[in-house]
Formats: sequence, C-alpha cells, structure tokens
Amino acid sequence: MSAVVSPEAVAVVRRARRRPIRRTQWVIGGLSLALLGVVAARTLLGDFLITVPDFLRIVTGTEIPGASYVLMESKLPRAVLGVLVGGAFGVAGAIFQTTLRNPLASPDIVGVSVGASAFAVFSIVTLHQSGPMVAVAAVAGALFVAVLVRSQVGSSGGNRLVLVGVGVSAALLSVIQYLFTRADVWDVQLLLQWLTGSLSRVDWPTIRLLAVLLGVLAPLLVWLARSARVAELGEDAAAGLGVTPRRSDALLLVAVLLVAAGVAAAGPIAFVSFLAGPIARALNAGRSTLIGAGLVGAVIVVGADYVATYLVPDVNYPVGVVTGAFGAPFLLWLLATGRAPRRS
Amino acid sequence: MTVQTAISVRADPRSPAGRPGTRTAVVLAVLALATAGVASVLVGARLIPPGVVLDPSDPLHAIAAARVDRTLLGLTVGGALGLVGALMQGLTRNPLADPGILGVNAGASFAMVLAISAFGVTDLHSYVWWAFAGAAVAMVLVHAVASAGRDGATPVKVAIAGAALTAAVSSWTSGVLLTDRQTMESFRFWQVGTIGGRASDVLLVGLPFLAVGAVLALTSARSLNALALGDDLARGLGRRVALDRLVIGVAVVLLAGAATALAGPVAFVGLIVPHGVRAVVGPDYRRVLPLSLAYGAVLVLVADVVGRVVLPPAEVQVGIMTAVVGVPVFLRLVRRGRIGAL
Repeated sequence: MSAVVSPEAVAVVRRARRRPIRRTQWVIGGLSLALLGVVAARTLLGDFLITVPDFLRIVTGTEIPGASYVLMESKLPRAVLGVLVGGAFGVAGAIFQTTLRNPLASPDIVGVSVGASAFAVFSIVTLHQSGPMVAVAAVAGALFVAVLVRSQVGSSGGNRLVLVGVGVSAALLSVIQYLFTRADVWDVQLLLQWLTGSLSRVDWPTIRLLAVLLGVLAPLLVWLARSARVAELGEDAAAGLGVTPRRSDALLLVAVLLVAAGVAAAGPIAFVSFLAGPIARALNAGRSTLIGAGLVGAVIVVGADYVATYLVPDVNYPVGVVTGAFGAPFLLWLLATGRAPRRS
Repeated sequence: MTVQTAISVRADPRSPAGRPGTRTAVVLAVLALATAGVASVLVGARLIPPGVVLDPSDPLHAIAAARVDRTLLGLTVGGALGLVGALMQGLTRNPLADPGILGVNAGASFAMVLAISAFGVTDLHSYVWWAFAGAAVAMVLVHAVASAGRDGATPVKVAIAGAALTAAVSSWTSGVLLTDRQTMESFRFWQVGTIGGRASDVLLVGLPFLAVGAVLALTSARSLNALALGDDLARGLGRRVALDRLVIGVAVVLLAGAATALAGPVAFVGLIVPHGVRAVVGPDYRRVLPLSLAYGAVLVLVADVVGRVVLPPAEVQVGIMTAVVGVPVFLRLVRRGRIGAL
C-alpha cells in the first residue's frame, strides 16, 4: 500500500475525530463539577449551615455536638444515596433509550421501576421482610415486568412498548396502593417513598448494600457498554457490526438490575431515568454518553432533593414529587413538539 | 365477568352486524343488573338474609341500609363511567379512550385537592364544580398536546399524553397533600377509588349533574354515528360537527367529573365496557351507549362485591379491582395488530 496520503487530510480527519471526544470530556468534566456543587450545597447549606473546615473535621472523626449528628445521620447519607441512586437511574435510562432507540422507553415509563417497587412493598407489608430481602424482591419485580413487557411486544422499541408499560404501571400502582390500605400503620412518607421515590428514610446500611450491588454491576456494565453505541444504529446494522441481539439484551438486563438496586434503596424516583439520557445527549451535541447520563441523573436527584427539602419551610417533600412535577411536563413537551418517535 | 358473558353470547358471525345479539344483550343486562344489585346489598363481610332490608327493627338493618346506599352509588358511578368511555371513544375515534387513561380523572382529582387544600372548600356542592373544571382542562390539554405533533392525535400519542399528564398531576397532588395533614387523611381512601363509606347525600349532590350528562350523552348517539364516518362525511350528512363535539365534550366533563367527585378516580371501566358491548351489538351508538351505561353499572357493582369478599378481612377498593381486571384488556387492545382509529 503506497497510496499517497496528504498530511493535511490526515490532520482534518484527526481533528474531526477528536472534536466529539474532546466535547465529551468537557461535558463530563462540567457535569462532575456541577455534581460536586449540588452535593456541597446539599451537605453544607440548608437550614443548618456547616462550614467546610467543620465538614472536614467531622468526616475525619471529630465529634462536634449537633453538627456531627445532622451531617452524618441526615445530610451526608442523603447526598451519597442521591448520587448513587441518581447515577444508577441515569445510566439505566440511557441504556434503555439507546438500545430500544426510543426516548420514551425509559425504565420508569415502561414500568420496570414500578414493578420493582410493587414487589418490594409486597415483601415489606405482607412478608415483613427488610434489608437485603427487599432488594431481592425489587430485582424480582423489575425482571418480572421487563420480561412481561418484552413478551407482550417482542423486541421492537416503538411506542407500543411504552403503552404496554404504561398499562402495566397503572395496574402495579394500584397494587401498591392496595397493599398500603391493608397495612396496619399508615405512614405517609413510606407510601410516598414507594409510589414516587424519596431519600428521607436513608441509613448507612442501605447505602452500603446499594454500593456493593453497584460495585458488582459496574465492571459488567463497562464490559458491555462498548456495544451500546453500535446498538443505537438498529438491530440489523448492529448485527452487521458484530453486536448480536443477545449482547444488547445483556446490556438491558444490567440496566434492569441497576434500576432494581436503585428502587430498593430509594423507591422509584419519578422521571430521573427518563430525563437523564436526553439531557446528557443534548449537552453532548447529540451523542449519547452513559457516564454523562449517570452524572446528570445524580445531579437531578441531589438537586431535586435539596429543592424538595428546603423549598417550602416545614414541609419535607419526597424527592420524587419534585422530579415528577418537572419531569412529566417535559414528557408532554416531547410529545407536543413531535420529537418522540412516530413508530407504533 | 360481565364482559366475558357478554362476549360469549356474541351472535352468529354470519348475521349482519351482530344484530340478533342486541336483544340477548339487553335481557342479560337487566338480569345482570338485578343480580348484581341484590348481591351488592346482601353479600359482604357479613351475609344478610333478604328479609332484613325491609325490617327496621332488625339489628342488621343498619348494615343493609348502608349497603343500599353503596349499591345506588355504584350503579350511578358505574353507569356514568361506562357511558363516558363510549362517548370518549366515539368523540376522539380512539379505541384506547378512557377517562382514567386520558388523565381526565386525574385532572378532576387534582382540582378537588387544590380546592380543599388551598381554597378551603369543604362542601361537596362547591368542589364538584372544581372537579368539572379539572376534568375539562385535562381533556383539552391532553388532546392539544397529542395533536400538536406532525401526525396529529394518533391513539398511541393521546394515550401516552394522558399517562404523562396523570403522572404530572399525581406529583402535584402529592405535593399539595403533603403540606396538609388533614386533607391527606380524608383523601387517603378516596384516592384509590371506592364506593364504600359515602353518605347518601353525596349521591344526591352528584345526581343532577350525572342526569344532565346522561341525557346529553344518550341524545347524541346520532351525532356519534355520523362522527364515526369522519368529520367531512358527518358535515356532508348535515351535522354541525363543532356543535356536536361541544355537546359530547360537555357530557364527558359532567359525567367524568361527577363520577370522580363521588367515587374517586376509577379507571378502565370506560375502556372495557364499550368494547365488550360493541363486540356484541355492533358499532351503532344508539345501542352502544345505553348498553355501556348498563354494563358499566354491572361491572362496578360486581367489582365492588368481589372486592368485599376476595381477600378477607379487608376490602379491595373498586378502583383497584377495575385496574387489575382492566389492564389485561388494555394490553390485548394494544397488542391487537395496529391500533387503528375507530
């Protein structure tokens, strides 16, 4: 091969190839900074201010009366849980949306989150379980709904999938409500956690469990995620490029497990998976990025939790109410502007 | 159950438009209404012998009286929901139309919560108006959003817009409720949709609106038949399409708003019943509308009675029963080939 390649052409191609990579790096850097900002706001600001030196001292083990308790039992765990759950939901949502090639087909809209939630509530209210068994139930629920919806619509990711998911969600939501009307104790916060998602019942063991689950899933995800960009091109093109449908299915399975882990810890926080993917994509000039989606999800959850806690004095809204109140209109806007796919 | 029976008497497919089925369907509707009504009074956590209902001195009479109220409420709400489903399916020519799926119930309930919590409205006479306003706004909004895109209001888009609106509105509803412990308590059981535990005067408040809505609905059978041919043909047949749509829309708002105000958001009745009826008597709205009314009442009563005994000791609310029965029907409709317009 002795074709003459002009150095200019090489430079042009190299620049063109480098630009999106650099853009992605900028986006991820910026989002990381934003995440750091909201986490700092969530832990340090609010109705109980904690200074940065105090924060460092408390975290390294010094006991400051009052401040230590507030930080270690409320503010910090909520922020950490928000980051983990938001990241899991964001990545899972982006995987669903890219693999199924439909911005509406995120796990919270096709019913996977509600399925996890319904099974978790069943295990709590009827079987009196707690801790890891609830997580197992959530995984079972998420898988059940995923398989059910898949069996109803086959492998197409069109709006029929969304519609089936909406129907299944409606049935499961009423099951959750029924289970709670039967429960002896009427706990509004608990009900809302499992209906819309909330970080208010956080504790460190939950965070540890979630961190372990995510730690197990992360390497799998990294290994499978290389196929995500190709799967986005559609089943035939992906098969031609060496990504079998089975590999996309495995990726979806990991996403389902991510959702289930997040739901077991914080309930089905509404619309986070749905929002994270498109926002990250828009920031990244139309290219999907899983890491970006995870960061956006984390920023949304932690930021929404801050708003939910301090927006109205004396009222602690669950974070899912805030994300739902803003996320659902965004879905309506997507429909109204015709950006949702028109395949049925 | 009723839908199953209705479908099982489907007329011989060779006969035109299933017309011989109509008489059977009417007779069955009367029988089913009577059976369901009697069962609803007598069956429950405690079975009541029939004589008690007429004997005020019997200790069980109070239970019987409460069950009679409950039965009447179930009949009216169920009839309204069945009718409103048929109306919406005809008005939008959308097989998936149902006040629950399209967010009309959610709009009505949000408006009521807002009225109770933010404006201190406590009287059912006043907040039933809020329910109408909420239902109307939700209906218009969902159709505006769904028809904004390039390809207009396809059934799938309308249903997704309805689900999105329901999700948004339920977030706002929880947001309002959480600031207000007292409203939350009274809203707790109402939110799942139930016909139990309401006083009889509740029914009297809603009845005039439901009556007007039902009359408007039943008299618009001809315009629905014309609209089913498409707007152009309907105009060619001499209908004033805009006026017809307005009348039907008012009927929908009255029926759905009042039913939601009385029983809470009960979904899927309006979806299942008209499809079952249509399968038997064909697409003529002069038959579909009255039969949807009758079978809607039957379905709600049966769901209520089954809900009372299926998982003792507690009751399963009507709204939950209809969702569990209705979703398989919904899935079947979605799966069935392409979702064409009605």
